[in-house]
Amino acid sequence: MSGTPLKDPLDLLDIASVLTGEEREIQATVAKFLADRVRPHIGEWFENAHFARELAPELGKLGVLGMHLEGYGCAGTNAVSYGLACLELEAADSGFRSFVSVQGSLSMFSIWKWGSQEQKQEWLPRLAAGEAIGCFGLTEPDFGSNPSGMRTKAVRDGDDWILNGSKMWITNGGIADVATVWAQTEDGVRGFLVPRGTPGFTTQDIKQKMSLRASITSELYFDQVRLPDSARLPLAEGLRGPLSCLNEARFGILFGVLGAARDSLQAAIGYADSRVQFGKPISAFQLTQKKLTDMTVSLGGAALLAVHLGRLKDQHRIRPEQISVGKLNNVREAIAIARECRTVLGANGVSLEYSPLRHANNLESVRTYEGTDEMHTLVVGQAITGYPAFR
Amino acid sequence: MNIVVLVKQVPDTSAERTLAGADHTLDRESADLVLDEIDERAAEEALTLKEDLGAEVTVVSMGPDAALEAIRKVLAMGADRGIHICDDGLRGADVVTTARVLAAAVRTVADVGLVLAGNATTDGQASAVPAMVADLLGLPQLTHARELNVDAGRVRAERETEHGETTLDAPLPALVSVTEKINEPRYPSFKGIMAAKKKPVETVGLDDLFPDADGTGFRTTRTRVVEAVPRPARVAGMRVTDDGSAGRRLVDHLIAQKLV
Amino acid sequence: MPDVLVLVDQDGERVHKSTYELLTAARRLGEPAAVVVGTPGTAARLEASLARHGARSVYAAESAEADEFLATPAVDALELAVGEASPAAVLVSATTDGKEVAGRLAARLDAGLLIDAVDVDSSGVVTQVVFGGSYTVRSQVTHGMPVITVRPGSFEAEECPVRAEEKKLTPPPVAAAACARITARRRAIAGDRPELTEATVVVSGGRGVGGAEGFRVVEELADALGGAVGASRAAVDAGYYPHRFQVGQTGKSVSPQLYIALGISGAIQHLAGMQTSKTIVAVNKDPEAPILDLADYGVVGDLFAVAPEVTRGVAARRTGG
Repeated sequence: MSGTPLKDPLDLLDIASVLTGEEREIQATVAKFLADRVRPHIGEWFENAHFARELAPELGKLGVLGMHLEGYGCAGTNAVSYGLACLELEAADSGFRSFVSVQGSLSMFSIWKWGSQEQKQEWLPRLAAGEAIGCFGLTEPDFGSNPSGMRTKAVRDGDDWILNGSKMWITNGGIADVATVWAQTEDGVRGFLVPRGTPGFTTQDIKQKMSLRASITSELYFDQVRLPDSARLPLAEGLRGPLSCLNEARFGILFGVLGAARDSLQAAIGYADSRVQFGKPISAFQLTQKKLTDMTVSLGGAALLAVHLGRLKDQHRIRPEQISVGKLNNVREAIAIARECRTVLGANGVSLEYSPLRHANNLESVRTYEGTDEMHTLVVGQAITGYPAFR
Repeated sequence: MNIVVLVKQVPDTSAERTLAGADHTLDRESADLVLDEIDERAAEEALTLKEDLGAEVTVVSMGPDAALEAIRKVLAMGADRGIHICDDGLRGADVVTTARVLAAAVRTVADVGLVLAGNATTDGQASAVPAMVADLLGLPQLTHARELNVDAGRVRAERETEHGETTLDAPLPALVSVTEKINEPRYPSFKGIMAAKKKPVETVGLDDLFPDADGTGFRTTRTRVVEAVPRPARVAGMRVTDDGSAGRRLVDHLIAQKLV
Repeated sequence: MPDVLVLVDQDGERVHKSTYELLTAARRLGEPAAVVVGTPGTAARLEASLARHGARSVYAAESAEADEFLATPAVDALELAVGEASPAAVLVSATTDGKEVAGRLAARLDAGLLIDAVDVDSSGVVTQVVFGGSYTVRSQVTHGMPVITVRPGSFEAEECPVRAEEKKLTPPPVAAAACARITARRRAIAGDRPELTEATVVVSGGRGVGGAEGFRVVEELADALGGAVGASRAAVDAGYYPHRFQVGQTGKSVSPQLYIALGISGAIQHLAGMQTSKTIVAVNKDPEAPILDLADYGVVGDLFAVAPEVTRGVAARRTGG
């Protein structure tokens, strides 16, 4: 190698140089926390389908939960910092990033954006501290990409509401202290805060997953659940309510998946350097170098896209179709990288001692939730052509 | 009361992001600089005492611009103010100069009850600096402390070295250096990181610290490196088959390599 | 020939071997003069053995409270002795205590401090091994009197019988406000090991250790070296040793000055966690074990024969002083 050695081969483009000191510090703090508390155990947790709930208060103490929100005990960082925290979380495991996304961008954001003062005071400080856990119920067994078809219903009964229906694929569902639940009413879609223990509200965790095993995914059931009108999110009207939350979460994802890809690539580069075949490290073979190069190129591009979208978001100029570009591209690139890294690792790549296949499996979920590739393709397609082609 | 913490920025030795090249060596030159891990524990101890005693914590670091990052990190953890000693005249400073400069910086802080430092920095250099600073300030040295108690104007420490443990006791003000075992440092919170930007950091140079020094210049070093030879690259290792003497020969090898 | 002051390491009854090494080194620079700091009568007890190793003068800085305070009595005594003798240099053992005493003396005298010398030549140029052995550096003092700490074991102590003259020093009474008083002493606690990731020495065991009891051999060597204990994944999975000590791809990454692998074959997952170690020693029965290719020093043999031998050798060296 000539010239000065690369400071960090995983940041060939020196994207760190366009971050502020504060952004880098926040990123480094999350990385250090995860290195100490999560990385040594994550393979085991994934294998045993264990979510380390005890880490929630610690993440709260750091300020990770609802970090990009203002007030109510939240840190109030910028969007890029939030993205970088997601990146480091997902470099450990998508399950942790999913937990944080749902807590901060779906549960907390829905309350912060659409809730009453009383609802915010009651829930946000506890959710920010990780003392309470939140979940977000929009998707149903039969309605994923098409939430407008949802069957969960809330009907008026005097001053109260009666909620019936079920929600599926709900991250944190089984451990949540409060669920933000979206339901059809005669006035259109409305959101409700349903505390754990409300009569008629039950959950069932989904077992036998091959993805996001270190996080909890559940089904929520509502059977004649009586809620006071003060449980309704007063400012949310129509699907705009839940969709605004999804845009927040997608933003975290388009950064987060870079972490899964970087961690996979790091494993592959390290392995290729120490794995000797035919008398030399496999990193010295052209086919391996092509893999590593292609992955480095695509990771660099995805990272630049994420930082750009983060800057747009911090200037309050970001548009939903731009987020769709980011989610579509970055998840697609990340899963391709994780899978390719597995091939560099050969047989060792199927062991949980190495991260790429775990990341690839996790990314199958990430690719699907918060809008599938197909839906984001159509969002962008509509933005380009003017024609909605969803149905 | 003021507590002063002395910290240093060192190359990041964690192997997380380093690549072993063909010669299996760690590229330390290209490593990022980070707050020294033991100094981080000294900072943690200061911040715990701050809460217990209602003290203020001043963090002091000597070095080029990168030292400011170490100061910011401790401010993010909760320290109140920083002093950054930055002067081109300090390039290549020897241990005695380092101690003199740090002592001078501590003197600029009023009502100092305690000076805290790490007992050694992870980049491996002189573990004597805290004791030297104590001597120059006329403070008792409670160095290599694995446990620390401050109460009623006195400080007690459990000193741990290769010779065993001793209990030390001294009146305040005093200087304490801590070992890696003293505590687990906190992570800075995001709020702390953002608040750190607004905390005061004073940048001082030699003129500020030694206003009375005459014009002949400040002595930066009293020693000179005559020659520096890198250790030969890792060669094919030695291999012995045990014939009953391998243990003894290994000890001899370790002694010859200055490893024991 | 000018005097060269040597601070005597002693326990009140006996001079430590490191002091004889310093006296040997001092002869290259001038006439060795020993400085004894202790309670009254100490110097008289030690004088004969110091003279046998070449000390022409023995400065006695004795007081009832000499052992009650940390470091300061030795610094005060050396400062006085320097005033008396105007020496060419001061030599102190590079122990934790010695480095602090030497540093404080140099700070007081604005002297040149050379730390951790492994060799000294007659012109006062010292050799140091720095950055964990990656560089050998030769340095000298350019201003003030040289204060040199010498790494124990760097010199072969040689006898050189002379007649020693005892010289009394009268140190000032210790200023209690500027000193730490030693109120209790305990021997090092066995088994109290450094953090795996921060240790300068790591001794790890693998499947070849054969069982949980076998790890005692690993622990004993680690303790003799003041190091941490590690384990390979195979040993952890087999239940020989707790998971938190696992070194490797999953587990901790370590980069100590010395890594000793006992009964570890060197699967790629293990190498990932320790290959940046400065010096790697491996003991394995299997001559084909991959770790032997990476090791700076490989022993093909039974770890249960080799490791205890090393433990004894290291312990003998450590207590030899």
